[in-house]
This record gives sequence, C-alpha cells and structure tokens, in this order.
Amino acid sequence: MSNHDATKAKIHELIAPFNVKDAELKDEATFMGDLEWDSLTVMDFVAAIEDEFDIIITMNMQAEIETIGQLVDAVAKLQDQ
Amino acid sequence: MTDLLSKFDPLINEREALLSTGVRDPYALVMEEVKSPTLAICNGRETILLGTYNYMGMTFDDDVLAAGHDALDNFGAGTTGSRVLNGTYQGHKECEEALKEFYDMDHAMVFSTGYQANLGVISTLAGKDDYVILDIDSHASIYDGCAMGNAQIVAFRHNDVEALEKRLKRLPQEAGKLVVLEGVYSMLGDVAPLKEMVAICKKHGAMVLVDEAHSMGFIGENGRGVCEEQGVIDDVDFIIGTFSKSVGTVGGFCVSNHPKFEIMRLVCRPYVFTASLPPAVVATSAASIRKLMHSGNKRAHLWENSKRLHQGLRDMGYTLGTPEAQSGIIAVIVEDMMQGALLWQELLKNGLYVNLARPPATPHGVTLLRCSLCAEHSSEQVGEILKIFEKSGKDIGVI
Ligand SMILES: Cc1ncc(COP(=O)(O)O)c(C=O)c1O
Repeated sequence: MSNHDATKAKIHELIAPFNVKDAELKDEATFMGDLEWDSLTVMDFVAAIEDEFDIIITMNMQAEIETIGQLVDAVAKLQDQ
Repeated sequence: MTDLLSKFDPLINEREALLSTGVRDPYALVMEEVKSPTLAICNGRETILLGTYNYMGMTFDDDVLAAGHDALDNFGAGTTGSRVLNGTYQGHKECEEALKEFYDMDHAMVFSTGYQANLGVISTLAGKDDYVILDIDSHASIYDGCAMGNAQIVAFRHNDVEALEKRLKRLPQEAGKLVVLEGVYSMLGDVAPLKEMVAICKKHGAMVLVDEAHSMGFIGENGRGVCEEQGVIDDVDFIIGTFSKSVGTVGGFCVSNHPKFEIMRLVCRPYVFTASLPPAVVATSAASIRKLMHSGNKRAHLWENSKRLHQGLRDMGYTLGTPEAQSGIIAVIVEDMMQGALLWQELLKNGLYVNLARPPATPHGVTLLRCSLCAEHSSEQVGEILKIFEKSGKDIGVI
C-alpha cells in the first residue's frame, strides 16, 4: 500500500464512528452535504485526525476542504512536511 | 442580476415562520424609558432588566454623570477626528491613566469599542505567517481580528487545556504565536482555566492575550478580571476590555506591560482610521473606572445575587449553562428557538427582560436565555425575578 493509500484507509477508519448517516465514503463525498456533519462534529473529527497524524489543520485549511478526497490530499501533504 | 441579499433567504424565512406564529420579535425591543440600571419601561410596562451587561450598575452613578456633564459643557459633543490626529483630548489621556492605574500596567490604549480593540490588536499582532490559537467558542470580534490579519487560525476545544497544549506543541517552534483566551465566556457564563493555560502558553513560547470583557470590575480582588483571580495577570501579555459592560459607557481598550506597546498607536488600523470617543464618554468612563477600583462591597453583592439566582433557577428545574454560578451571567438553556422565543415573550409580559441568544452567537447550536445580574439588583428584585421565572416557565411548559 502506498503512503497515500494508507492515509486514506486510516482516514476512512476515523470517519466511521462519525458516519451516522452511513454515507458511502467516495472521494467526492462532502462532509457537510453527504455526511451531513454539523460544525461540532467537524471539530471533533478534525481533532481526531490531528491527533492520529500529529499534524495541525488550521481553520484556513479547513475552509478549503469540502470532500473526503481533499482531506486525504491535505493530510498526505502535511505528513510530507 | 444576482440579488446579493438572497443568500439570507433561509434566515428571512425562519424569522417569518417564527413571527407568523404571533410571537413578538425578540430582536426589536425598544426601551421607552430607562429608570435605573435595573429598571426600564418596555411596551408601557415597568420591566426588570436582567439582560444588560451593566454588571456594576454604573450607568446612573452620580459622580459618573457629573463627569460627563462637565466634559460635554467644556469639550463639546464630539471630537471629529482620529486618536492620532485631532481626536486625542485631555479626557482620552485621563481615561488611559485611569486604566493604567486600574490594572497596574504600563500602557493603555483606548479604542472606540471593544470590538475594534480585538479587531485592531489581534490583526496587528498576528499577520499572515503567524498563528493565532484560540478557543473555538471565542467572541466574533476575536475571529474577525484573525480574519483581518490573515493569520493562520488554530482552534481548540472550549476550555480544554490538553487540546491547547497539543496544538502548541505541533506548531513550528520559530513561528509567531498568539494565544487568545477569554476570562468569562459570555454565552454560558463559564470561566476559563487561565492558570493552567497561561503557564502552557509561556512554556511553548506563545504570547497571550486575554479578553476580560465580562469580568472587569467584578472578578478578582481589584476587579481586574479572571487573570487576577487566578494569579496570572503578570504573565499575560495583553488584556483587552470594553467600557460597554461594567464600566457602563461605550469604548474598548488594551492594556499591556510590553515595552514596545506604544507603537501600536501608529500601526493599528482600527485605532487610526476611525474617530475617537466623544469627550463625555471618556470622562464618564474614567470616572467609572476609578470608582470600580474601590467597589469591593458591590462585587460581594453581585456574587450574592448571581449565586442566589443560579440556585433558585436550578431548584425550579431549569437547565443552566454552568453547574454553579461562575460569573455575572446565568444562561438558561432551552430546547429551540421557538421555545426560547415563547419563554422570552412570557417573561417580558410578566415584567422581566433577558437576552435571547441563538446560533451562531451561541456554542453547540444551543438556544439560551441569558441572564446577567447587576450589583444594583436589590434582594427583593432577585426574589421577584425568581417568581417571574417560575410562573412563566410553568405557563410555557419549560419546567
Ligand atoms: C468577549 C467580548 N469581547 C468583546 C466584546 C465587544 O465589546 P464592545 O461592546 O465594546 O464592542 C464583547 C461584547 O459584545 C464581548 O462579549
């Protein structure tokens, strides 16, 4: 598994407990729309991602991230740094 | 043509739906007469005010009013200018002197509002490559200050010491970092664990700014706020405050011991590019601040009021924002906007004004009736307030 795939698998795993709508985790799936998350869920989820990967996703970055695919890319990039 | 106002349609529709049920608009109250810090005439009825930020009841203080009349007569109605040009009068300097004494700090800078103080100080301190680390429940003026300065914003869970430390650890060591905290969070009335948080900020090389808007005058031995109460005021780099609450006027400020602080007067845009406060406002503010230094008895009475209201409401079965009274704010949590508006209206009908607060101003999407006490509320008034809450809550079915 490439690093990117491993990151993606881990992110899917972290999404699971928050995915109460049982949305399909396609790359294009949006957090607000498809997963129907509110701001509180987003905050808890972001904290879980940050802790897992030991990174910081600033609110400026969060504003640019709408889909699962975008999140995977952003996390992969932050890990490289 | 795209109607730029159409983005607000959801809110317009929600409001229309609410008002069509016949409830009164909670955001269109007019006080026809104001009799004292705690009493006004609303809709022709005498109403107890439990939704102002007039914590120390200074708005009608004789010495404060006298100072205002005097300044109005001698310095005129307004300054028509910026603090850095023609808008600094003797009164502005005296007001800054009063603040320096009140906080026992080297520098004080008076802004036209507290909103502008946060906007100006945060945006000026934290630029594009700097980090602002803030509590997720921070006041709008703090978020707006971050946005204006283009800083990198890192939010942590409300009042969570560990979450703050984890984030500070992960940031680049050499990056500029400003941690912004509030003494009292105004929606739920809860107090921040500043002692632990400030220590962590220092450990990780971050500067600290504390907004003491809702604690000035009331919390701490000298009324300097939660920083004073928790013994960390000397480790805090900047304190932001407002005159629109305990001081009882309007205006904002920043105090600091930083040796380079005075340069802020030239580089802080919301300080430079707006007119200064009118002479009567700085005169009343200075008089009020000086009196607040010696208001220990009033502080004690306000604590009594706050604790009694909290206990009383809790005993009736209301859900409150904090397990015990932590400040002058007691938040009554309701189910939704509809229930909130109904209870708000019923309280008003029975002669009690409180604030109805809703998202996005509130955290976690809750709707709440925010009660803020005043040192001038008499014990009888607190008793009356409790009675009105009991009757209204039962009639609406909240308790
Ligand atoms: C925490 C906090 N900071 C700043 C402000 C702004 O104060 P002002 O009313 O002076 O603009 C307020 C008041 O709304 C506040 O609650």
